[in-house]
Amino acid sequence: MIRAVGRFVGWAVSGAVLLTAYPANRLTAQDTTAGKVVYVKWCAGCHGETGAGDGEAARYMLPHPRDFTGAIYQIRSTGSGELPTDADLLRAVDQGLPGTAMPGWKTRLSDRERRDVVSYLKTFSTFFADTSTHPKALDFGRAPSGGSGAEALRVGQQFYDSIGCRKCHGDLSRGDGPSAPTLKDDAGRPIFAADLSENWRFNGGGSAEDIYHRLRTGLDGTPMPSFSDLLEQKFLTEEQLWRVAQYVRSLSPAETPTVRDVIRAPQITGPLPRSPGDSAWGRVDSYWFPLVGQVIRKSRWFAPAVSGVSVQAVHTRDSLALRVVWDDRSQSPDSSWLTHIGRVFAALAADDSASAPPEPGLWPDQLAVQFPLTIPPGMERPYFLMGNATAPVYQWRWSSQGGAVAGVARGLDRFDPAAGGGTVGAQAVYDHGQWRLVLARALATADTAHELQVRTGRAIPVAFFAWDGSNGEHGTRMAVSTWYFLALDEPTPARVFISPVIAMALTLALGMLVVWRAQRPK
Amino acid sequence: MNRRLFSVIGGALLLAVCTPRDDSTARAAAADTVTVEDVQAGATISGKVKFTGARPTNPKIDMSEEAACKAKYPTAPTAETVVVNANGTLSNVFVYVKAGLPAGATYPAPTTPVTLDQNGCRYHPHVLGIQVGQTLNIKNSDPLLHNIKAKAVKNRPFNVSQPNVTATPTVRTFNAPEVMVPLECNVHGWMNAFLGVLPHPFFAVTGADGSFSIKGLPPGTYTIEAWHEKYGTQTATVTVAGAAPKTQDFTFAAH
Repeated sequence: MIRAVGRFVGWAVSGAVLLTAYPANRLTAQDTTAGKVVYVKWCAGCHGETGAGDGEAARYMLPHPRDFTGAIYQIRSTGSGELPTDADLLRAVDQGLPGTAMPGWKTRLSDRERRDVVSYLKTFSTFFADTSTHPKALDFGRAPSGGSGAEALRVGQQFYDSIGCRKCHGDLSRGDGPSAPTLKDDAGRPIFAADLSENWRFNGGGSAEDIYHRLRTGLDGTPMPSFSDLLEQKFLTEEQLWRVAQYVRSLSPAETPTVRDVIRAPQITGPLPRSPGDSAWGRVDSYWFPLVGQVIRKSRWFAPAVSGVSVQAVHTRDSLALRVVWDDRSQSPDSSWLTHIGRVFAALAADDSASAPPEPGLWPDQLAVQFPLTIPPGMERPYFLMGNATAPVYQWRWSSQGGAVAGVARGLDRFDPAAGGGTVGAQAVYDHGQWRLVLARALATADTAHELQVRTGRAIPVAFFAWDGSNGEHGTRMAVSTWYFLALDEPTPARVFISPVIAMALTLALGMLVVWRAQRPK
Repeated sequence: MNRRLFSVIGGALLLAVCTPRDDSTARAAAADTVTVEDVQAGATISGKVKFTGARPTNPKIDMSEEAACKAKYPTAPTAETVVVNANGTLSNVFVYVKAGLPAGATYPAPTTPVTLDQNGCRYHPHVLGIQVGQTLNIKNSDPLLHNIKAKAVKNRPFNVSQPNVTATPTVRTFNAPEVMVPLECNVHGWMNAFLGVLPHPFFAVTGADGSFSIKGLPPGTYTIEAWHEKYGTQTATVTVAGAAPKTQDFTFAAH
């Protein structure tokens, strides 16, 4: 009896809670009114009051915020051109869109607020009012097992080639295919083919399931088509399309790279590896650092193409070498990207820093590694954005058009090369959408006034800058990192190995002495 | 399914043609649905689309990335933005009845599909029309990847891939009138076409002689619009009575 009452009360309470939370399962006037409040407060800044993707911040974003008025959504579970389901919209709101400015709102807004805002943004398009076409998720089936096996990946790669992925995404999938420079979205804005080796930046998520869903649905509003028709046309089977997804997943690391602040440079006994292809690099740990657009000083840059660098370092008794590897869709300067540059400038035309967007030009790719001019005794470091007049920085600046120079920067506008360009050597290789660059220098140099004197056993601040010339990047239009550290391992002093041996020998001798004394007849 | 529908409609047509019919009852039975016979019975508006001024040069298309397409052309292919015919007329102009049809009249979609072919990394035809509900068959005759993207606004868009010569075409239909739906291939940035979707069959596209002909119009006063991808639109008002044909020319000037 008591249990029955308890159950009844339980049902009543949960029913009331449900009713309060969701007055009806369908979209109601209350939902959209409440949704509007949330929308105006949190969304309109980018997506605009009218949902046209033209909020105040939109002009500083590439990719641009979604225009809700056309009801065209990239990340869906439905067929090409179909409306998204409520669950699709909620997912985008909850998790955000990696690789874009859209954050996830799951922890910032309540369940109720997120559902309300989804209801509200459906009012921006009349397509959602048509109830005769209820969007339905495709049947995606389940991933076939053995997805990471060699045979599965072979099949996946075979179909990656045969369904033409390389056309945009490139032979080695770094988004550098032959059609990559021409790609634009439905609004005519430039859009990059995804670099498939960076799955943490995939708009719809980086798992094999996510990738399979994108292959089936396409990304509406972008050049990425749906491959669902090919299943009906028996061009390939569902399993084979799953293999493509699993293959694409295998192109990215198993875990999203995390940032470790200190680059450890071990001392090696062989010759310094000065070539990017030297086998010595295979034995050295790699450190990944994210880069972001330089938006502090004019001219600002809101569309950096280089999203991060991987750095390795080694040293010998007298020299240091850094290998910096980063993905870049073009070996600049490359005139086939000129139209793309024009589109980038047009899309960001409202950058407040310049009266008119610059003319597209043929700029090189560049990379800069920055250190303080002298190793600071404490934690104080020069301003990370190329120092200033009182606290200059020491930089290695490499360009795809003319090697590297070392010198001293005193802010973004002033760089004085060291005498004779300094002593830094550079070797670079461009391979299928990736630069691999080795910069090398003696630890100690003659020009101590203009060059950092590198020492072992110290935490040396280091920062990175990158320019993709074919994305219009030059001057202050660049990608920047913050300060990290480089630490050259100290050579182990000989006493470290000898002292224990001596100690052990002494202990043994003492012990024997004690035993001998004890056993000596009195 | 399609074949059965076809034979049913074919049979119906055959019956209609072979049976001496009483016009008044047929009309009454059809109510507002306009039959093939109605269309055949009406007036025809025809004309030419002339072009004046200097002929622009269409940019050359560099197909070196696609040997299979490039091989299909003896000389370097060009874009088809402005195609001026030898007789000084303009090709690829979509001419259609924009307004003036009887209110409430509906026109069943033809059962014959419209075909769009991708051949030599270009669309054939470059400009085409289709009725609401009529089937669009999209074919790939090139042994390479195309994606076919319809950037519809009043209809739902689509973007599907065709990685090789198609055994079966990709099939799509459109629900709402829309002039024009741009079609494009993102793999080959130069490939584009335009599709006019109308709720009736009164449209035509000018070809190599620059002429068009819109048949079967019931008596009335019509707004005829001529659309060109570069030169925009022009309209004319034409009144037809009975079956007397009317001529309406358009002229686009270079600019």
